[in-house]
Amino acid sequence: MSSPPRPVPDPDVAGALFWEAAARHELVLQKCASCGTIRHPPRPMCPVCNSMESIFEQASGRGRIWSWVVAHAPVLPSFADKVPYNVVVVELEEGVRMIGNLLDIENDAIAEGMEVVVDFEDVEQGVSLPVWRPA
Amino acid sequence: MKYSLENTFEHDIARNLGIPNLRYFGDVAYGGGAGCGAVGHAAMAIATGTAETVVVWRARNRGSGGRPWASKSNRIGGELQWYLPWGLSRPVDQIAMLARRHMIEYGSTEEHLAAVAMAFREHALNNPYAMMHKPMTREDYFDARFVSEPLRLFDCCLESDGALAVVLTTPERARDLKEPGALVSGFSQGIGPDHLVMANYFTPDPLDSPGAYAAKDLWNAAGMGPDDIDCVQLYDAFSPLVVISLEAYGFCKAGEGGPMAASGALRAQGGSLPCNTSGGSLSEAYVHGMNLIIEGVRQLRGTSTNQVQCETVMVTSGNGVPTSSLVLRKAA
Repeated sequence: MSSPPRPVPDPDVAGALFWEAAARHELVLQKCASCGTIRHPPRPMCPVCNSMESIFEQASGRGRIWSWVVAHAPVLPSFADKVPYNVVVVELEEGVRMIGNLLDIENDAIAEGMEVVVDFEDVEQGVSLPVWRPA
Repeated sequence: MKYSLENTFEHDIARNLGIPNLRYFGDVAYGGGAGCGAVGHAAMAIATGTAETVVVWRARNRGSGGRPWASKSNRIGGELQWYLPWGLSRPVDQIAMLARRHMIEYGSTEEHLAAVAMAFREHALNNPYAMMHKPMTREDYFDARFVSEPLRLFDCCLESDGALAVVLTTPERARDLKEPGALVSGFSQGIGPDHLVMANYFTPDPLDSPGAYAAKDLWNAAGMGPDDIDCVQLYDAFSPLVVISLEAYGFCKAGEGGPMAASGALRAQGGSLPCNTSGGSLSEAYVHGMNLIIEGVRQLRGTSTNQVQCETVMVTSGNGVPTSSLVLRKAA
């Protein structure tokens, strides 16, 4: 029996450019066009200066592990064939945090501060998720 | 007053009871973060004369009705698009992430979490309403399976069916009632900066929890501080929330919540700050924290099955979401 389809983003106006870039295997971050503050997750308004103008800029794609969990059964049916699997929070060089999975590593070897680089996992036609690998 | 997640509506209850006109109703959002807020809103409505008597309730088939997070479609919009696609799907995963960070920053340990779970289980053993009546040893805690590392089975709340309510009215009216009342000394709500519900990792310091913001207003509203509180009922959907809330509300410094729990402070028997004396969400039942409010009232009435010397109680709601809290005291 095949797993049900994985949950994939249904992008809103603020997030569309992030996911379009991810589909091209590019990691971008939202930046206020007025004061330059970078924010993630994307949203309509800058929380610092309240400007609603923003641009999406190429990110370095480098960061460090901030925290992580290892999920064991029972999980959503679409993740059941992956247990135990990790989910990580990466603190990017740009200062914002982002959620992902860390590939190419034993779960027991994950450590705080570990340097990671972005990669992309194609989950369905036109949808790719940023994921991470040890640097 | 109800939780926004409540499935039964006010008008439906009113028409079943034959109430000719329900004069006041409302709800508070954010799941387990709502309970103390709903009581606080009820108290405000009574204080302004908008209502004389208000019922706050929570009724839930969470044991028999399935897991709400398991029924998501595969197109994920809103905030969830920023964490669910990677499999951070269950509440336990979302809180485990904060628990791990707390261990990294402050050196808290699994032993600390075990102390929380064991203290609450000890309380449940005396409580005939509690679901868990089997003693739990340290070995039982560590032998249980991981659900989301670093959290194990007994770090997680129960899955319960339950229906609970509290009735609020004016102090004048309450004096005429058979049972002694509990006075609402203060309540507060709080969200804190740059908050994402459950996956609150994007604010500058995620361990500076919503409760830390609610705490400042709570102590001002109640005219008290943590040293004035005899007993606490801390929202415990997962054990690390107890550690984080001890710190947020000022019962200890940041990073000291784990050692405080491990010192035995939370035990009804001899602890300096008896906590979740009915067994809490971990060992009594999980009804979105409504049972914690009711246990707080029992302590003030002297009817808890783990009764402590108690003139004042603090109660908190979920502290991984927009939150709320209460100070209750014995009616004069």
